[in-house]
Amino acid sequence: MSERTGAVRTGLAARGVRSAWVLPASLALLAVLLVLPAVIPPFFTANILGRAIVFGIIAMSMTFLATYGGFVSLAQMMVAGIAGYTVAVLVPGAVPSIVGGVPYAVAIPLGLLAATAMGLLVGAIAVRTQGIYLLMITLALAVGVHLFIQTNIAWFNGYEGIRNVVGPEILGLPFRNTYVFYYTALVVAAVLYAMVLYVVRTPFGLALQGIRDNVRRVNALGYHAALHRIAAFGIAGFIAGWGGLLATFYNIGISPGTIGLGATVNILVMAVIGGLGHPIGAFIGALIFVVFDTFAADLYDRDRFNTLIGAIFLAIVLVSPDGVLGIARRLGRLLQRRPAAQPAEAPR
Amino acid sequence: MTGGLAATVVLNGLTLAALYFIVASGFSLIFGLMRTVNMAHGSLYMLGAYIGYAVFEPLYDQDVWWAWHAGILAGIASAAVFGVLMQATLLGWMQGQELRQALVTIGVSIIVADQLLAYFGGTSRQFFAPDAIFGSTQVPGVGRYPTFRLVQIGIAIAVGVALWLLLNKTKLGLMIRAGVDDRQMLAATGINVPLVSLAVFALGAGLAGLGGVIGSTAQPLVQGVDVRFLLTSLVVVIVGGMGSIAGTAIGAILVGLAEQIGQALFPTYSVILTFLIMATVLAVRPQGILGRPA
Repeated sequence: MSERTGAVRTGLAARGVRSAWVLPASLALLAVLLVLPAVIPPFFTANILGRAIVFGIIAMSMTFLATYGGFVSLAQMMVAGIAGYTVAVLVPGAVPSIVGGVPYAVAIPLGLLAATAMGLLVGAIAVRTQGIYLLMITLALAVGVHLFIQTNIAWFNGYEGIRNVVGPEILGLPFRNTYVFYYTALVVAAVLYAMVLYVVRTPFGLALQGIRDNVRRVNALGYHAALHRIAAFGIAGFIAGWGGLLATFYNIGISPGTIGLGATVNILVMAVIGGLGHPIGAFIGALIFVVFDTFAADLYDRDRFNTLIGAIFLAIVLVSPDGVLGIARRLGRLLQRRPAAQPAEAPR
Repeated sequence: MTGGLAATVVLNGLTLAALYFIVASGFSLIFGLMRTVNMAHGSLYMLGAYIGYAVFEPLYDQDVWWAWHAGILAGIASAAVFGVLMQATLLGWMQGQELRQALVTIGVSIIVADQLLAYFGGTSRQFFAPDAIFGSTQVPGVGRYPTFRLVQIGIAIAVGVALWLLLNKTKLGLMIRAGVDDRQMLAATGINVPLVSLAVFALGAGLAGLGGVIGSTAQPLVQGVDVRFLLTSLVVVIVGGMGSIAGTAIGAILVGLAEQIGQALFPTYSVILTFLIMATVLAVRPQGILGRPA
């Protein structure tokens, strides 16, 4: 299998990211993100940073599976959408009201539960496959659910989707407030990010990485590889569910278009551009994507954004399959090697 | 459901299956030899259809009888050339890195879809088949039925037979089959495997282009068909088994019938039936109905 999963392998080659500086760097980044809204215009806070964090959460669920499980799942955006749709169907005020009347305090946990369940279901269907097969099956599932939702009027209002899902009030403030949205998203992202870093150090996380590296050996040790894989999909579903909820509140609603193939590919683009070697890559990729999405009009041509982002994606996959993280890592190694190489040449 | 309606639904399913087979067999062929999952296969379908239409339209306006035939040839040729270019410049040198190849083809499909939208816009187009196969035919048990859809079945059978002959009776087919079994061994016997790969890519992509023109004669050509046909190719090949032409035929028939019967019986839930089939096959035979264990 090792040569089969070549791309992920190279992406994961540096998975032994020195954990010594991961925590301080993450905390420093968090501190910067906490104070940044004070100095940048509200537009940047909500539409660039906030949006990047929300997409980053969904992309991180994909990165989590790729980095520690070794499989690239294209179903994550769909799973996120399940959480969004669950809440949209349940909460009061949504247009059209399908079930309605369920307060956010109940609807949000139900949405997360639904996303986790869908994650587990995707895992259960895909568990016997690997690599490229898994990619195809998860893609087929994602597009299948998208088509189903798009044609189903009774539950999901078909093509139109469900509008006016305004989100809960937090500490008495409406979710629509830029800073309420931003800080909620930031806290959720930080907690989920910490959760991922914690989970991969637990016995479960270690067994998962063992399965990624050598299924047979882990099986021989008595672990149930398939169950671990399905559970990983469940965790990824939970993470994606949070992203789906935030995205739904950000967009004040949800429609099939937001979970279609385009959206699925966007999440993949973010995860790959950032780098599938570490969960932080998802957020870096999401930020790059959102910045291009916002400023493509000035750079190239607003209508041809897809060509631009497609070309960037292609360039990254061709030049550096482990994304921006990989480029940074190689630069770092280059800088480290130089001082070490000089003494070797000195005797001449 | 009355007998006549049931027969119509089944016939609809079979004509759809014919189109799916033409497109998915190209996908399966490329995967079979090179283990390349060509996520741009739907884009090749759409590219072939649009280029074919660009050739067809002016000729049709001049009332040339071979306008449609020229469209088909242009569709096949443009898709084949694009496929060969993709293999030669992007995919060939990363042979064996399947996931990376899949990502590359996803990148290509994003760009192709966007550029086709830029050049051809969002209006729908449709080919007009030559008079001989236009109109309708009396089919026993069904009544009048569009002739072209019957021709579609004929074309699919012709493609299937031609592929079988190519794979089983020619030297190229021998090389392809040997390559499917053991690529390195084939190279060791002195055969130029990259060249064979290019030929297979041309063939597989050409089939997508052929499907594009055929499909856009039976139903309108709109932006977004690339997604539909990529998805269909994936499901057909997952169900039927990777790299097996007979498996692709079985998969296409199952999916085509499921879609049409589902739409007739429970319209808004028909998609679920297709995926139920896929999930069932995966649970019982992860490698697909006629696929060989990986």
